Amino acid sequence: MAKCETANTSVDLTKVKPYGDTMNDGQMEMTFTLPVPYGDEADEAARQLVKKMGCEEPSVVYSHDMGGGYTFFVVYGKCQHTIDYSTIHVAKVESEVMERDECGKFIEENIGRDVIIIGATTGFDAHTVGIDAIINMKGFHGHFGLERFKNVISINMGSQVPNEELIAKAKELHADAILVSQTVTQKDIHIQNLTEMVELMEAEGLRDKMLLLCGGPRISHELAQELGYDAGFGSDTYAEHVCSYIITEMVKRGRI
Amino acid sequence: MKSKLNLDPKVIDSARQHAASIANSMQEFIDRHTTVSTERTILRLLGIDGIDDVETPLPNVVVDQIKEAGGLPRGVSYWIGNAMVQTGLQPQEIAEKMSKGELDITKLETTSAEKAEAAIMPAIQKSLEVINAQKKAREDYLERLGESRQPYCYVIVATGNIYEDVIQAEAAGRQGADIIAVIRTTAQSLLDYVPYGPTTEGFGGTYATQENFKIMRKALDDIGEEVGRYIRLCNYSSGLCMAEIAAMGAIERLDVMLNDALYGILFRDINMQRTLVDQYFSRIIIGYCDILFNSGEDNYLTTDDAYESAHTVLASQLINEQFAVVANIEEWQMGLGHAFEMDPSMENGFLYELSQAIMAREIFPNASLKYMPPTKYMTGNIFKGHVQDALFNLIAVWSGQSLQLLGMLTEAIHTPHMQDRYLSIENAKYIFNNARDIGSEVTFKDNGIIQKRAQFVLNEADKLLADIEEEGLFSTIEKGKFAGIKRPYEGGKGLEGVCLKDEQYFNPFITLMLGGAK
Repeated sequence: MAKCETANTSVDLTKVKPYGDTMNDGQMEMTFTLPVPYGDEADEAARQLVKKMGCEEPSVVYSHDMGGGYTFFVVYGKCQHTIDYSTIHVAKVESEVMERDECGKFIEENIGRDVIIIGATTGFDAHTVGIDAIINMKGFHGHFGLERFKNVISINMGSQVPNEELIAKAKELHADAILVSQTVTQKDIHIQNLTEMVELMEAEGLRDKMLLLCGGPRISHELAQELGYDAGFGSDTYAEHVCSYIITEMVKRGRI
Repeated sequence: MKSKLNLDPKVIDSARQHAASIANSMQEFIDRHTTVSTERTILRLLGIDGIDDVETPLPNVVVDQIKEAGGLPRGVSYWIGNAMVQTGLQPQEIAEKMSKGELDITKLETTSAEKAEAAIMPAIQKSLEVINAQKKAREDYLERLGESRQPYCYVIVATGNIYEDVIQAEAAGRQGADIIAVIRTTAQSLLDYVPYGPTTEGFGGTYATQENFKIMRKALDDIGEEVGRYIRLCNYSSGLCMAEIAAMGAIERLDVMLNDALYGILFRDINMQRTLVDQYFSRIIIGYCDILFNSGEDNYLTTDDAYESAHTVLASQLINEQFAVVANIEEWQMGLGHAFEMDPSMENGFLYELSQAIMAREIFPNASLKYMPPTKYMTGNIFKGHVQDALFNLIAVWSGQSLQLLGMLTEAIHTPHMQDRYLSIENAKYIFNNARDIGSEVTFKDNGIIQKRAQFVLNEADKLLADIEEEGLFSTIEKGKFAGIKRPYEGGKGLEGVCLKDEQYFNPFITLMLGGAK
């Protein structure tokens, strides 16, 4: 019997690989479909593919005939690649998150007037889940929306709002910040739409006057900045994240 | 059958009475009005198809010209009938000449409404024959190939390209799907025309066009033959062209169509007057051609809370039921909607969902209830998502749902991949089979959580419907009582397409489809 009295829990952060039940075992599970008919040849194709992806000992644990010459696989393999975790840098929204009450108090003490935030799901996107979760009183997962925040006036324009309309409304209300929600990402329509918004804001000379934020399940802060937004919020963000960012930034930029 | 939930039949009757009175009170408004899309629907039923040289569909060309000349209040049936009398041409030829600027049908000599109607009648009869032949074809398929037991496994295809959709639909049919819904591109509901021809573009789906309907119908008929089971086709009779698309569905033998009296108003900001007039004609067509409609109550729960607002779903189901009764739709054609959308972190959430699903079944015993899967609390954790979908499937078989729109483990990530559909069909079939008779075996504790929940929701729905009856439907929507969304009477899209009928207006399809023709 091998001598192993303690588990190996030390990680070399410069060479990180997947963990199954033993450090550095590289265990990964994968599911995918190949456009080949079900059978031994299909299983072999899946095995070879996973091996090419850098996994040793690929094992097809399940395959299923989906008909019409398509086969579904569940494959395990031991990943041989490693990642240097110690050098990773990810762009993040750098503001301290305040709770709802703290936000209200912060505005009172540092801004001294109501903060106006306007949001919409733009373009042809019909999903309101995201914008509703941030703005509507009820919020999401027990996190109240901006409508419940003190010293915040928020307007939810709903879905399928043209960028032009959102900008016109923001102008009319002298908004401090605009929130753009995007859920549909098929064929990168969200990129087109978000880019158009920035261009219109610039053309209107508003880009430097209002904070421009976007959000959605496939939005990251990095993507948002790349597109010319001040910040981007992905999943697991709530009204307090958005509000904290806006009010902190307003103070920082002297827009009070 | 004794109510397992101990629901008070008097409260059910009362709620239904309120809903009937709401639907009937709208009828007077509906009967006085027509819309551009209702008129285009008549043209489509008459077989007018094609586009002009700038790709405007001929039904739009005809209606726009009549509208510009101020002739819309008399209706296209009159104008086309009159043109047939004056020129001896058929409807399609008239439309083509109008599109080339060779004919102005509002400038022709005019005959009486009776003579115009007599002239158009053969074309109308021909159109009904086409629809009747499709009804017969469906009956024959069902007779010969048969179908699955309910709950039907209902899946979507949404590649944005009709030809890719066909590949996905064929695979789904082979994997056991009973209904294939071809999702539309997100913008179509707001287009005031129906695009023409096969389409290979769109976001979150591709266009509903007559050619796309035909392509998918053919594919599903072929797969049906292969697997020995009739596979139903579903699309959307909703948006600004809801009635036109119903007509296309009638002609191309769609089996299921999304159609809701209030959905467009609340969720697409379509003007309420426009929607109510259009939904009436669309439902008459749906009723006549044996299409099963699906109402969209599930959408309330993606914007509103599923626990707190359960009664708005029931109230809307009752309203949708009563609008359907007015349009002569049979009970089995009523795919009233509801959804499994409670927060999974809620204690006893499963009990409440079960209670509400059984409640829907008890209140609408003969309807083809459409049960929608979890979407709002799907997170990207596909493993948990698959479990959420399993609980949803268990409730479906337990409560005897008819149309089960299968949840996808990858909901909230992307439109379904082929393997997602396979996994969700497998999930559903496993549970439906393994728990087949659970509904008839299990009874509930008197005054327990499950009984009390349903009784509470029913009472709240009854109260809400009493309020709406008192207040009027238009005003209720203006005040935001459904889904927390407020819509003004004169606001929203498509109002400019609504007009009062004049006293000589006629639409023979309404009379024939509602009347003895069925």
